[in-house]
Amino acid sequence: MKVWKYGDDINTDMLFPGKYTYTAATAEEIKPHLLEDLDPEFAGNVQKDDLVFAGKNFGCGSSREQPVVGLKAVGIQAVVAKSFARIFYRSAINQGLLLIDAPEAVDAYKDGDKVELNAEEGWVQVGDRKFAIPKLPPEILAIRDAGGLLPYTLNALREERQKALGGAASSRP
Amino acid sequence: MGMTFAEKVLAKRSGKDSVVPGEIVIVEPDYLLMHDNVAAIVGKIDAELKEFSVARHDMPVIVLDHVIPAVSEKTALNHQKARQFAKEHDIIHFYDVGEGVCHQIMVEKCLAMPGRIVVGSDSHTCSYGVVGAFGTGIDRTEAAALLLRGKLWLKVPETIKITLKGKLRPPVSAKDLVLTIIGDIGADGANYAAVEYHGNVASLSMDERFTISNMGVEMGAKIAVFPVDEVTLSSPCAKKTKPEEYEPVWADPDAHYVRELEYDLVKIEPVVACPHKVDNVKPVTEIEGLEFQQFLLGTCTNGRLSDLEEAADILKGKHVPPHVRLLVLPASKDVLEEALEKGIITTLSRAGGIVLPPGCGPCLGAHQGVLAPGERCLGTANRNFKGRMGCADAEIYLASPATIAASAITGRMTDPRKVYQEVHK
Repeated sequence: MKVWKYGDDINTDMLFPGKYTYTAATAEEIKPHLLEDLDPEFAGNVQKDDLVFAGKNFGCGSSREQPVVGLKAVGIQAVVAKSFARIFYRSAINQGLLLIDAPEAVDAYKDGDKVELNAEEGWVQVGDRKFAIPKLPPEILAIRDAGGLLPYTLNALREERQKALGGAASSRP
Repeated sequence: MGMTFAEKVLAKRSGKDSVVPGEIVIVEPDYLLMHDNVAAIVGKIDAELKEFSVARHDMPVIVLDHVIPAVSEKTALNHQKARQFAKEHDIIHFYDVGEGVCHQIMVEKCLAMPGRIVVGSDSHTCSYGVVGAFGTGIDRTEAAALLLRGKLWLKVPETIKITLKGKLRPPVSAKDLVLTIIGDIGADGANYAAVEYHGNVASLSMDERFTISNMGVEMGAKIAVFPVDEVTLSSPCAKKTKPEEYEPVWADPDAHYVRELEYDLVKIEPVVACPHKVDNVKPVTEIEGLEFQQFLLGTCTNGRLSDLEEAADILKGKHVPPHVRLLVLPASKDVLEEALEKGIITTLSRAGGIVLPPGCGPCLGAHQGVLAPGERCLGTANRNFKGRMGCADAEIYLASPATIAASAITGRMTDPRKVYQEVHK
């Protein structure tokens, strides 16, 4: 398991260049260009369960979701950063990619440190120091637990339809 | 205690008396904006659209603007899919290629109006703060879910209050002001927060406010909003729209702010955002003489009539040097036509300007002015990220229309005040 470490204000163009936004939409189309202008080594060498560590404002810029879809598709366990840009954060919830706001963990990390992550128990360990993963509100956890926003929405729509049908049936004499 | 603009809008629209920052509310937005990415959005839910259809036919707004006219079979297919979707689902608000940039269309066609909530699958949806609307960006997946269900969650943001004093001294403009603010507070200075502009906003035209709201996301803001005043109410949309169809909302005097800033507009100087971050802001005078190969005048940030006019005033009777490109990108067809009627386009063309079709043009690096390695572009757009204009080994600088025009005359970074004084002698 490797930690890919980057700095502050890593923007969406660095994570996935805008010139591909209207030609690459599927995970397979996205993967080869992931982090292309930030770290040309990344796309070819990233392995499942690797982690990304970064500074503040990770994912700033465009609303494009290819960076999130791509990071999820290559199997990144989580992005641990000092802070995240708003749309990127929302997008990660929608795709079920784990983002961890943990400035102290980022500061604690030195090259070669062993990093362990336990999302269920809610901690990330860097070297010999353990940091808590901030908890998400229940409304948001429900989306992530459903496997992302689309499955969550479809469940909700089917439930609502079921209820409406049930309601109509019971109102009959 | 009083409420901020964001708190009031979100409380009202979620059926609550009051809300507090951090609270999550469910709202039904008035509009969902999508552009060329509508093809990818509906592509995610082709089967589900057959099962559930769209929640509301009058909610989606589709504007084809990002890669127009199509540059490849793939982008042509995207546009085709957008048109098919609009037709099959009776989408009322559909604007085909050539109408303009989506954000300009939302405001120009009176869709973004005071008090309304608009979400869009584009980060610059924050632009609608110009008219006192709650506008914010979401991703494609969220747009797809919203198409089906018609509602989404929003977290009530903290609010930052920015009070403006005095008046800008031309040719110093709104772009210089907003770049100065971003330079001061940083690209994440307003992360997750709403930004409210207070004070002497009456001194700013709608075009100037648009530029400032548009750049809100470059400081991380969720929304960047102006009060509805006489300037707003004298705009064509306020006159055309029935008063009961929109509702001006503004913060209470005793609302709580997480941070308060004050800017004296008299002190704002011409500035430029240097590569590769929007908050890398310097006075123009610090890099005077720096050579550029391409100039970009326009975009959704500075592509309105007053922007083009300001540049034309400076460029009148002059011509860009050989080996320098001046790209002119009006924000919409309406802007283009007005600029044609006023002779502004003729002036810009005679100065060497290349007029592009109203749309996003080269701003996102997909076509129409991609840079070569080693080249520099000075533009009025909103982002200067590495690779943004299609080449990671090029440099992008951002400034006001006046600075771009003044610099295009020599191909070198020029303080617009010098040229402006010459023109207005």
